[in-house]
Amino acid sequence: MSLNVENPSMTTVLPAPPLRLIDDLGRMVPQNETGGFTLPVVDTLLSLYRQMVIARRFDAQVTALTRQGRLATYPSALGQEACEIAAVAALDPQDWLFPTYRDSIALLTRGVEPKDILASFRGDWHSGYDYHTHRIAPQATPLATQALHAVGLATAAKLKRHNTVALTLLGDGATSEGDAHEAFNFAAVWQAPVVFVVQNNQFAISVPLDKQMACRTIADKAIGYGMPGYYVDGNDVAAMYVVISAAMDRARSGGGPTLIEGLTYRIEAHTNSDDPTRYRKAADVDLWRHRDPIERLEKYLVAQGALTDEVRASILAAAEELATTTRDCMTEQAVVDPLELFEHVYSTPRTALAEQRAFLAAELDGDAVASVIAREKSTR
Amino acid sequence: MSPQQPLQTGIAVRAPENLTMAAALNAAIHDAMVDDPTVVLFGEDVGPLGGVFRVTDGLYAEFGETRVSDSPLAEAGIVGTAIGMAMYGLRPVVEMQFDAFSYPAFQQIVSHVAKMRNRTRGKIQLPIVIRIPYAGDIGGVEHHSDSSEAYWTATPGLTVVSPSNPADAYSMLRGAIASDDPVIFMEPKSRYWSKASVALPVQTEPLNRAVVLRAGTDVTLIAYGPTVKTALATAEQGAAEGLSIEVIDLRSLSPFDDETVGASVRKTGRAAIVHEAAQFGGYGAEVAARLTERNFFYLAAPILRVTGFDIPYPSPKLEEYYLPTPDRILAALSTWEWS
Repeated sequence: MSLNVENPSMTTVLPAPPLRLIDDLGRMVPQNETGGFTLPVVDTLLSLYRQMVIARRFDAQVTALTRQGRLATYPSALGQEACEIAAVAALDPQDWLFPTYRDSIALLTRGVEPKDILASFRGDWHSGYDYHTHRIAPQATPLATQALHAVGLATAAKLKRHNTVALTLLGDGATSEGDAHEAFNFAAVWQAPVVFVVQNNQFAISVPLDKQMACRTIADKAIGYGMPGYYVDGNDVAAMYVVISAAMDRARSGGGPTLIEGLTYRIEAHTNSDDPTRYRKAADVDLWRHRDPIERLEKYLVAQGALTDEVRASILAAAEELATTTRDCMTEQAVVDPLELFEHVYSTPRTALAEQRAFLAAELDGDAVASVIAREKSTR
Repeated sequence: MSPQQPLQTGIAVRAPENLTMAAALNAAIHDAMVDDPTVVLFGEDVGPLGGVFRVTDGLYAEFGETRVSDSPLAEAGIVGTAIGMAMYGLRPVVEMQFDAFSYPAFQQIVSHVAKMRNRTRGKIQLPIVIRIPYAGDIGGVEHHSDSSEAYWTATPGLTVVSPSNPADAYSMLRGAIASDDPVIFMEPKSRYWSKASVALPVQTEPLNRAVVLRAGTDVTLIAYGPTVKTALATAEQGAAEGLSIEVIDLRSLSPFDDETVGASVRKTGRAAIVHEAAQFGGYGAEVAARLTERNFFYLAAPILRVTGFDIPYPSPKLEEYYLPTPDRILAALSTWEWS
């Protein structure tokens, strides 16, 4: 018997279509189909558009730099700009973001310098920005672990009666992890001011969502935890923005956590070392290219007369300028100090690390054997 | 016993009391919470029940739900949320209830608690204390008697300590809570009910130091947590047989106090390490290796390990055959050539 055989007793219930405010063709969805959510004003949409265009240019530039061998790896978010930018746009300055390795454009949008974002992908250090200034946790690699950190930080803020909300980004694959379950449950039990934004890009590296879970949507899982869940068109930045903003308001006013699923698609490979042709069809990728989050909003804004050639040119110029900055900073040689390896492990010095540091220093001076002998003699 | 003096704190010095280790730990958390409003406590059953070993007894009643709370039953969740709290300026003290129940939290501890400071170049510190009741000799059913210290000591970024007596239990837990680094605080379950007269708040040796509990000239016996009592009994028994045994209580497993232990080994020329955990790849292997590397020319005999067998921890009716005893330790020492 195959473990993948369909359970005949299970009734197939198709999910309602995801919530959207602007459709694939860039048309406003009628008010009676938007679940009570209202399209943001044009200025807000234009700002979201601008941030998505700049983020995409950055992402493309970094992917190119990675192919040129300047970075060790880079997980692209091409096609997922609506989820990433909406999440950051919904944050207040005092809020905290808990991102994953795929969310570099979210960091960029929150104001982190390209050189600081890319320090880890270049391999200079495991992480490289100022967490407290930006209120962004280190990009998490172990899946869903950061969701628990977000719940803890949100709970601490609540205990201190601060007006801070934590937002964490997760992927669809990560929702299979035990830590995701524990984070959803802790958040709901503690009524933590936290918002979970799951970017369902439909693949965990190569494994499609129907091999991750048997329920209709990820958002449905919220019911089981006792919190609201929203199934949203993750390529509609307007919908993502208003739903996340509402969840942030709810959390801030003591209403507890919310789980939001943005249905989207990872256009690029998982990372530069992945080969997506082995597990998905070109036709599927093409289908999702036609649901592009930027083109969709562009059509709407052009139809509204809000995106003039002049505005578009200024956005593209800003994007190009950022690409140049990114190229330039990654062309510079990374400055690494081998002796820094020992600096940050503990807050107080340890004798054993000091000895190993001295050994490495002597090795760098071409004199490691002498250093070992010196240590031996000191104990004889 | 480590030298004792009053801890400098806002807490008034009390008259000496006959305290169990569990009560000393309780007082340490209590006093830390009085001294520092950022200290919070949570875990399974630590609230109204006061913990399955009553280490947190009365704290919920005194400090209330905001600072002492029962969490959902999920250890990764407990440690993971403690990380977020520590990032926001709290000093969480969390309980794993039993050694083997800490394993669901393994990823959070190894991948984040241990690495956050290094990853962020010191910009994010995690002053978290993870209390783990550990080891056997209490007639516990399966999964209630593991000695899991080597998993933690093998992980750079963690500080791992284990007290063996009530005064150290208080002082070391206060030190662990005050530390800006995460501490795995391993509490020997079989010693929870051991008593000593202690005037609280007490300060013993620093958290990172080993202590010579009994001076001797022939052999250095190295122990920590639950086996300190065994080592002291061995020294007593050895003395009756004309063997002068020096007993060291390591207290801190990581960092290892090379200075104190090395000095003793260079003096006696013989050493054995005693622990409950299995031998292969156990903590004693590291102790034997580093002492040998650094003190080889002082050694008259190979360093011995007297430990649990390389088997899963046995059921209650069989644990007496597994645990190191004074007789077994003395028998091991007698395998050396004594000239």
